[in-house]
Amino acid sequence: MKNYNLDETYIINPQKESALSAKQVTVSYGTNHVIHAADLNFPRYKITSLIGASGSGKSTYLRCFNRMNDKIATVGGQIMYRDTDINNPKINVYELRRHIGMVFQRPNPFAKSIRENLTFALKKNGMTDKDELEMRLETSLKGVALWDEVKDKLDQSALALSGGQAQRLCIARSIAMQPDILLLDEPASALDPISTAKLEETLKTLSDQFSIIIVTHNMQQASRISNYTAFLHMGHVIEYDETENVFTNPHVRATEDYISGNFG
Amino acid sequence: MNPKRSNQIATGTIFGLVVIVVLILIGLIGYILFNGVPNISWHFITAEAQAFSAGGGIRDQLFNSLYLLILTLLISFPIALGAGIYLSEYASDNWITNVIRTMIEVLSSLPSVVVGLFGYLLFVIKFGFGFSILAGAIALTFFNLPLLTRQIEESLRTVPNLQREAGMSLGLSSWKTVTGIILPAALPGIITGIILCAGRVFGEAAALIYTAGQSAPVVDYLNFNPLSPTSFLNPMRPAETLAVHIWKLNTEGVTPDAHQISSGASAVLIIVILIFNLGARALGSYTYRKMTATK
Repeated sequence: MKNYNLDETYIINPQKESALSAKQVTVSYGTNHVIHAADLNFPRYKITSLIGASGSGKSTYLRCFNRMNDKIATVGGQIMYRDTDINNPKINVYELRRHIGMVFQRPNPFAKSIRENLTFALKKNGMTDKDELEMRLETSLKGVALWDEVKDKLDQSALALSGGQAQRLCIARSIAMQPDILLLDEPASALDPISTAKLEETLKTLSDQFSIIIVTHNMQQASRISNYTAFLHMGHVIEYDETENVFTNPHVRATEDYISGNFG
Repeated sequence: MNPKRSNQIATGTIFGLVVIVVLILIGLIGYILFNGVPNISWHFITAEAQAFSAGGGIRDQLFNSLYLLILTLLISFPIALGAGIYLSEYASDNWITNVIRTMIEVLSSLPSVVVGLFGYLLFVIKFGFGFSILAGAIALTFFNLPLLTRQIEESLRTVPNLQREAGMSLGLSSWKTVTGIILPAALPGIITGIILCAGRVFGEAAALIYTAGQSAPVVDYLNFNPLSPTSFLNPMRPAETLAVHIWKLNTEGVTPDAHQISSGASAVLIIVILIFNLGARALGSYTYRKMTATK
């Protein structure tokens, strides 16, 4: 692998209302530091992509934003969400995760009916009103364009859905909680091209109501759907800019090599 | 030797080994059923056992076995479930957990006679339970617990981690994730574990000889007060089980038809275990379908 100067970075600060802003975030497993002082400001109601090679730390970085690294790694620094540092050990992480939802690489519907998949967490969080549960169910499924496909089989098992449908169900499950921010960790990597296209369409529509941060391996995907793109390399944020600029006019050598396939 | 040939030989050998296992099983079960079933009659199942004359039945022994099984599961299942959930979901991977696991393994390889003698000394003598169903059930719990705990832990572990992350990402606590998502998904495995243990408990004799005793006192099946000494539900009465009865008939049985009775009782034992297995399996897949809504 080529050696790049990891101190050579180009990071803009979008002059927009911020959804989330990470300051000096570090992640370490024991003495092994995997993320080094990454600063990023994620604008509200936009899609931001995190790109980078395998092992660049983009997933680990993403998982900091709803504290999914808690039991695995030590996270340092500040992550500001609505004037609260959500990296503070004292905050209520369960409450936080209802504001910042996450969708994973492989579709992971619960072994329950489609209806239960959507309403289970809502009910456990104390929502009892049947009408409201039904409304959330319908709006969430419509939000991911799954309603027409499943409205007649809401009481059947979610395990019978295809991969693409299951992944959209998982997104619906997250947005049923009415979060502010959606984190997606390579949500399309287990899907075929047609399902991927549908998913991307869904995400674009959702960005009207949610701020989305997506980790992706697929650079075309990043350029198709995201407004901003961050390129990570060896745990450092190398470049962060509007997507168009990153792909047409990168400022840093490493980014240029990566997006032109000339990397490593 | 070419790969095709060696593959044929390997497949043949494996197939042969499977045939041996199946033949032994079918031979054993067939022998017991062939010798036993002709001795089974309605009278045999519903009559009291006779000490000296022919024509006795196994009513009380059969009931005692079932009652003891239920009591044992009532005691051991909650404990095993708690321990299984702890080991699979909460325990961190450190030396204390390893010590606990090793101890569970040691406990599971403990001979049942030793468990029985321990139960005899502690519960029957020291705590003054006397020979009783309760002492038997506690001894069987010791005997049962390691296997059941292990089985529940393993079933919980086979539920993919993605399910836990999904629950957490929706703001659910670990406890709500475990009880609402992981346990239902692990249910078929847990039920298989209970079946395996139930079979062991139902057929166990050595641990019971010293704890539940070898006598089946006359009890009143219409007396539903568990505190009454003559009630069939009284857990403090001695209770000879089917397996102990078989052992006793073959060692010190003096009735002229001891052989027929022990053959019949063995067949009943096997049939009950088979019914129990199939029933629990059906129940397990039914509840799983209900909970997961799979067709």
